Parts: sequence; structure tokens; C-alpha cells
Amino acid sequence: MDGKIVVRQIKKKFGSGPAALPVVGGVSLSIADGEFVAIVGPSGCGKSTLMKIMSGFEQPDQGEVLIDGVRTTRPSPKGIVISQHGSVFPWLTVQQNLMFGLNGDGHGDKAALADHYAAMVGLKGFENSYPRELSGGMLKRVEIARALVVKPEILYMDEPFSALDALMSLRMRTELLRILEEERHTVLLITHDVEEAIYLADRIMVLSPRPTTIQATFSVTQEHPRKLSSPELQQLKEAILTELGM
Amino acid sequence: MQKLKNAIPSLSLLAFLIALWWVVVMQTDSLIFPTPLQVVTGTMELAADGTLWEHIGSSLFRVGCGFLAAVLVAVPMGLWMGRVDAAYRTLNPIFQIMRPISPIAWIPLAILWFGIGEVSPIFLIFIAAVFPMIVQTASGVHTIERRYLHAAENFGVSRATLFRRVILPAVLPEIVVGMRIGLGVAWLVVVAAEMIALYSGLGYLIIDSRNAGNRYDLVIAAMIIIGIIGLMLDGLMRLLEELKSVRWRYGR
Repeated sequence: MDGKIVVRQIKKKFGSGPAALPVVGGVSLSIADGEFVAIVGPSGCGKSTLMKIMSGFEQPDQGEVLIDGVRTTRPSPKGIVISQHGSVFPWLTVQQNLMFGLNGDGHGDKAALADHYAAMVGLKGFENSYPRELSGGMLKRVEIARALVVKPEILYMDEPFSALDALMSLRMRTELLRILEEERHTVLLITHDVEEAIYLADRIMVLSPRPTTIQATFSVTQEHPRKLSSPELQQLKEAILTELGM
Repeated sequence: MQKLKNAIPSLSLLAFLIALWWVVVMQTDSLIFPTPLQVVTGTMELAADGTLWEHIGSSLFRVGCGFLAAVLVAVPMGLWMGRVDAAYRTLNPIFQIMRPISPIAWIPLAILWFGIGEVSPIFLIFIAAVFPMIVQTASGVHTIERRYLHAAENFGVSRATLFRRVILPAVLPEIVVGMRIGLGVAWLVVVAAEMIALYSGLGYLIIDSRNAGNRYDLVIAAMIIIGIIGLMLDGLMRLLEELKSVRWRYGR
């Protein structure tokens, strides 16, 4: 197996001894460079744990994660995590947040680079605002822009839009595709929203309940922008929901 | 205008209490307890010959020195204890025991170690202010949300950047709260500390006025001045809370 990200037989338990709770029960997968993979699964099935392991924030009990063929055990700027609750620093301005990851030289004019990405996510004019002055959707854009500035090869997104209202979350989907059009990244998206997965991903993996394994995989080959009401995608949605036991 | 309106109830209560005080003193023909007017004239007297400013000045000087020393020790110590678990586990129980000991209890030791002079009250103020600030700073570090530390780890920033851009600004609001508490107790303690024979200070003024011929007008004048200065010091600390780098903590 070769790919940008290769996961081999990952297992993870919470706790130890006979009371230990198996969360991830042997997951193997491979994600190609530039591929957009979505993972859906019932809540509490361990999908967030799986992503924490893949991004290096948690260690598996068994198995390994290879990125570009190298075993990875720690988080690195190569793959940036965008989480549900957001982690934009409230004490820094938008621009300072975007410049946060640009440490070391070789980035040229950091402020200009930050402003370029701020404009890209539609935050032109808010460079000097503090996060408390922004709406939830704008904060999410800051978070995405802050990740993009460091030119990560991988984006790990853990239910990135679930804290937004329905309309804003639809809007952010389209925005995300537009941004990815400009700069191709490998993306791993964790979501409980099947439509979101169908709209965005090249491949969708359905996880089983705890201890989780990959239960089914679907490819989505339609061109963007996708129309969710088209018969093929409706059929796909039905199939995924059936896998999820709906 | 609205502020003035909000102040009306408490100002009226104050006026009422002063009037009550006046009436009671007049009715009882007290020889020792002064009327409000006597307190005012006594204060004017002290202000005119300059001793009042000297007393205020030396009290503020002692608080300034002791408090500053406490900040310089407490903030680095609190940050260190917040970051290094072994330091926290070792030092925290000791500080938790030291903290509830009233600084007044330290007076005999202060006299033993530093004698009667400028150092003793400054030491007492230091003792009073340093523990609450250490505790507040360390707990501030502990309550930094993990998602911010994770984000910093994800971007692979250096330890210096992590400290300067994440930990310090995240804890700053807690440090300011600690400083406010610290300055409050420092001001409480300076007055008590000055009651043991010195030559100046508002605490000294209180004891000296009583000893030197029952000048209760000056005792009460000093008490009121202590209250007003304490309020002003607290107001000064509140200004710090308004800073942009601290405001983020207080909601949208």
C-alpha cells in the first residue's frame, strides 16, 4: 500500500485491564495525495479518536500511521487539525492568528502572506479585528486560513462546520471547495452529516459502532459543484444511510 | 448622567449616616468622640502643615515596594508551577499552608529579622501579596484550554513562541486578577504593619493620634483616607482589566 497517508491495523482502547473500553478495533486505510476522504459514523463510534491518532495527538495501542512512508507519532505542521470547537487564539488579532504558524524565516513578508489568506477566505478588512468581534462563521474562516497559511500537505477536519447554523454550514462547504480548488490539499473530513460528505468528498468511508472498523467505502466521482438532488447522489445517500442503520 | 443617578441612593445613605453620627455625638455630649466637622478641620490642619502628605506618601511607598517585589516573585513562580507538575506538587501544599496565615502573625518574626524600620512593613506586604498572586497565576496556567495548547503544538512553534504568544497572553487576565487581590491585601496590611512603632504612615498616624492626647478626630480622618485610597488603588487595577490584551477573557 502506498499513499499520502497509510494507516495499518490501528487498535485503541480507553483505560486498561478488564474494564478497558475498545474504541478503535483495527482500521486500515490509505489516502492518496490530494484526495478528499470523508469518514462518517454513528456518534461515539470513535471517529474522533481515529483522527487524533492519525494526526499524531494520540498513540494507538497497536498498528501505525505512515505519512509519506514515514511512521508518525507526533503532530506536525505537515498536517493541521481544524476541530469542531475551534482554536483561534482570542488574544490575538486575525492577522496575528494567521501569522502564528509562520515561525522561522523563509516565509518572506509574513504580514502580507497572512493578509493574502485572509482575503482568500473573505476576511479582507478584518485583519486587525479580535476574534470576539467576529461571528461564528468568520471565526471558522480564520481557523481555515490559519491552517492554509503554513501550506500544510494535509488538513484534518473534525466536524468543522457542526457548530455553525445550517445556512452558514452550507455556505462554508462551497467556500471550502473554492479554496481547495486554488490549493490542492489532502483532506480528511470527519462528519456526521452524510450530505456534507457527499457534497465534498472523493471517497466516503462508513465506520461501524464501537469498537470501530471500516464497514463500507463509497467513491463519489461526480464533478463539482454537485447537485445533491440528482438521482445518483440520492441513491448514494440512501446506501450510506442504510450502512449506518437508518 | 445615568452614573450620577445610580450613585444617588448610596450618596444619600452616606449623608444620612454622617448626619446620624453628628446628631448622636451632639446629643451625648461626648468629650472624646469627634463630630464630622472636627474630623474635617483636623484633616485640614494636617494637610496644611504637610504631615498628612508625608503619611500618605510613606504608606504608598511601602505598598509600592512590597507589592512590586511580590509581583516579581509571584508571576514567574506561578507560571513555573503552572507548567511544571513536579514544581506544583512540591510547592503548592506549602503555599496553601502559608496563605491563610494572616500577615499580622508575621509581625514578631519581621521585627526579629529586620528590626523596626522600613524593611519590616515592606516584608509584611510582600508576604501578604505574594501567595494569592502565586496561586492565581498557577491556576491560570492550569485552566488554559487544551485546544489552544494543541493548536500551538500542531504548528510546531518553538518554546519561546509558545510562551510568548500562547501561555503568557492566556494567563494575563488571571495575573491581573491576582494583582488586584494582592494589592488589596497589601493595602490592608500596610496599615496594620505601621501600627508597630515607625515614624510615618497612615497606620502610624492612627496609633500616634490616639496615644498623643486622644486625637480621635485624626484617627477617624486617617481611617477615611485609608478607605478612599484603597478604593482608588482598586480602581487603578480595574483599569488594567480594561486593556485589550486582557479584555478577551470577558466575553464578547
